[in-house]
Amino acid sequence: MTVAVEDMTKRFGRSDGAAAVESASFSAREGEITTLLGPSGSGKSTLLRLIAGLEEPDSGRVLIAGKDVTRVSPGKRNVGFVFQSYALFRHLSVFENVAFGMRVRGRSEADVKARVEELLKLVQLSGTSARFPSQLSGGQRQRIALARALATDPAVLLLDEPFGALDARVRVELRQWLLEFQKKTKVTTVLVTHDQEEAFELSEHVVLLSEGKVVQTGTPHELYDRPKTPFVASFLGGANVLRGSVRFGMAEVGSMSVEAPAGTAEGASVHAFVRPHDIRLVKAEPEEDSVSVARVERLTRIGAQVKVSLELADGEPMTVQMSKVEVDSIGIEAGDRVLVDLREAKVFVEDYSI
Amino acid sequence: MFLRRRGVLPGFGLSLGYTVFYLGFIVLLPLGALILKASSVGLVDLYRSATETRALSAYWLSLYTSLAGASLNAVFGLMLAWVLVRYEFPGKSIVDALVDLPFALPTAVAGIALTTVYAENGVLGSMLGRVGVRAAFTPLGIIIALTFVGIPFVVRTVQPVLEDLDDDVEEAAAILGATRFQTFARVIFPALLPSLLTGFALALARALGEYGSVVFISGNMPRRTEIAPVLIVTKLEQYDYTGATAIASVMLGASFLLLLLVNLLSRWARRAET
Amino acid sequence: MSGGVAGTFGRSTERRHRVREGRLLRGALIFGALSFLGIFLIAPLVTVFASAFAKGFGAYVTALSDPETVSAIELTLLAAGIAVPLNLVFGVAAAWLFAKYEFPGKNILLTLVDLPFSVSPVIAGLVFVLLFGAQGWLGPWLSAHDVRIIFAVPGIVLATIFVTFPMVAREVLAVMQSQGNDEEEAALTLGASGWQILFRVTLKKVRWGLLYGIILCNARAMGEFGAVSVVSGHIRGETNTMPLHVEILYNEYNFVAAFAVASLLAMLALVTLFIKKIAEWAAHARSDAAERAPLGEHSLSATVGSTPS
Repeated sequence: MTVAVEDMTKRFGRSDGAAAVESASFSAREGEITTLLGPSGSGKSTLLRLIAGLEEPDSGRVLIAGKDVTRVSPGKRNVGFVFQSYALFRHLSVFENVAFGMRVRGRSEADVKARVEELLKLVQLSGTSARFPSQLSGGQRQRIALARALATDPAVLLLDEPFGALDARVRVELRQWLLEFQKKTKVTTVLVTHDQEEAFELSEHVVLLSEGKVVQTGTPHELYDRPKTPFVASFLGGANVLRGSVRFGMAEVGSMSVEAPAGTAEGASVHAFVRPHDIRLVKAEPEEDSVSVARVERLTRIGAQVKVSLELADGEPMTVQMSKVEVDSIGIEAGDRVLVDLREAKVFVEDYSI
Repeated sequence: MFLRRRGVLPGFGLSLGYTVFYLGFIVLLPLGALILKASSVGLVDLYRSATETRALSAYWLSLYTSLAGASLNAVFGLMLAWVLVRYEFPGKSIVDALVDLPFALPTAVAGIALTTVYAENGVLGSMLGRVGVRAAFTPLGIIIALTFVGIPFVVRTVQPVLEDLDDDVEEAAAILGATRFQTFARVIFPALLPSLLTGFALALARALGEYGSVVFISGNMPRRTEIAPVLIVTKLEQYDYTGATAIASVMLGASFLLLLLVNLLSRWARRAET
Repeated sequence: MSGGVAGTFGRSTERRHRVREGRLLRGALIFGALSFLGIFLIAPLVTVFASAFAKGFGAYVTALSDPETVSAIELTLLAAGIAVPLNLVFGVAAAWLFAKYEFPGKNILLTLVDLPFSVSPVIAGLVFVLLFGAQGWLGPWLSAHDVRIIFAVPGIVLATIFVTFPMVAREVLAVMQSQGNDEEEAALTLGASGWQILFRVTLKKVRWGLLYGIILCNARAMGEFGAVSVVSGHIRGETNTMPLHVEILYNEYNFVAAFAVASLLAMLALVTLFIKKIAEWAAHARSDAAERAPLGEHSLSATVGSTPS
């Protein structure tokens, strides 16, 4: 079923304070995973809670399956919610936890038993029904929380930073598992995360938030290659930022020149965002003294990749990411002088900044 | 009445309604009667009753014995809390549980027990007698009783703070060359001070209003060993409602100030912890 | 007492301190602390039982079977039997209110809840006399309808309720606050109604703090002296509770009897403390388990594809 949020605003504290969520709108893809991505404080968790009904908006609407549920209590919205801390009922067994939603609806004992067993099998924890949450590992608790949320056949599944509290290895495994799981069950899912890699891996529909506002939505590819604002560019992918101004239709950033967006005024100040792997390096001739020469400060080797830290002619730092093979073939070492060639840069006019 | 509130869980109206109703009936109504009586009597009469010599002696006695008791508790309560949090010894659990006894034991029981112990022929009273000190029927006896009732307050307020104290800070001080005493004086004690003062204020508030444990051991001699709460009861027995109300008003005023102080101290304590 | 004695339900466990003071100092401190406790607390406690049995077990039983004593015991049980359940309901309602919501006036309401802790019990009794006494506010109305509250059982019950009502509220509130609202919100999203959340989730979570609150409230209700003394009129056999009866017996120099009754109350106090220890231990056991390292990580290498539904 579809989930959509229209023009939602929520303020905490005084009415003149900063809004946690401001005029946010987005629409989740039916039967797929939509991620709400953003740094902490961006309002993504608040937005999720607004969808669930755990917070009341100051203005705006929440629509589930086309119906306006803004005034409907959480229990009646038919959503499944998985908390960051899982919020399992610590005094109930795993079985009773998963059965909870059905028990409060007064379903028959036989129905309850069947459904719980079915769900436990689905999350691959069939043997644990008699245990208590305190006896489960983090990853197991997470899956029980998921099973519990799904027990009532919700229209939409809401996950609040579900992998935040887990070890790196478990996180990666569970991510993969969730992806497969969702493909099977086809429940419309909205997932909140601050981890860009996670968001990109899990969904084709990413909503990027900053300071309570929706900054950009789209596929990971679109966000990465066509960022609409400097914030998007810098949040996704750790770019280098160069400052400069427009001269004769070209953005002169430091010692380099890049195409400026069409119609930019002459002399306007610009930011250019260059991704570490969109840069090519060539060893400079010893006598060459052009203004695009940089000095290699340090090489950091991480597996098959190498991070090259440069100091540009104007003293600014720059990070280049290259494969080990490339670095070895060019023969770069610390202390060398190199020529910097920007293959691609996103240029934003100064008044674009957030 | 529309109330702006935060919290989505159901039951706000019901819990608020019931709480306000209960509080109104049990607390506000009776207190209203007090205020009504006080105002109907008139400020002049009230003032006169509140300041007669017998009353003044009672206030003074209540005040200094409570301060003494609370101070004893501050010192030994801190010691107790320290010993319970940091050391191991046989019977520690029992000792920890017993600290709450003054809370659970009826004041009358404490009163007669303390009187028996500290009377001239009592276990400790006779020992004191040998050094020429009389405890029962003197202000000293009152101080002993008030110390008893205040024991849990300092200990239970300081204990949690002591438990949450980081080892690291003490270890850092030790590495920097501080002696154990210096570490205590400069690092540990300042951290405990807010909660210690809060506990002291709580013990003081409790001691000021204490009746049951004192009324037996003090002998209740007017102007000598008669504390304010006892005086109120005496006035009531004589149907001197004005007098009783007057003294009660003074005590309430003092309690209110003390409560304010405690709140401020707790807030200071909480800020100091973060 | 703002802050309550609870908050121990959910505390961290013991710690090792490697930087310590010398053996001698440690011993001295322990000795000092225990002597303090001995002089002020243990001596009186022991005296209660010693004096009660001073004339032997027979005298003890006789004292307790005296009709006036029995009637005092009955009245005490009655007062507590009414006060504790009422305060229990209030306690849960108030704790829920203060733990789950924010609203204007919350602080004022909280201060009112703490009031009995900061007011002398004697004043508590006084205000009821001023309200319901013969010359009190409602006095004339009451005598006109031949209803007696002061110097009668209802007055005693009311005074008892007044003095003990914050106890359950404070204990439960402290536990609720330290446990947070996540589980309740989860239950809400699963479709539970308010009552279902209360009974299936919250009350189970706070049960140890709740137990201690009830036990403590009971001990205080049975042991209340000052407030009840003022409103009861000390009418033997009619408006005497156990603590008041202890006073009467003592003032008549009937020490064995006085301490016999006192010993019952002292035993109740000790049982209260014992139950608190158990409740603390039980609460610890639960929370420690939750923080312990997980029992074995399961790898998710199984393929998901072939699971039937």
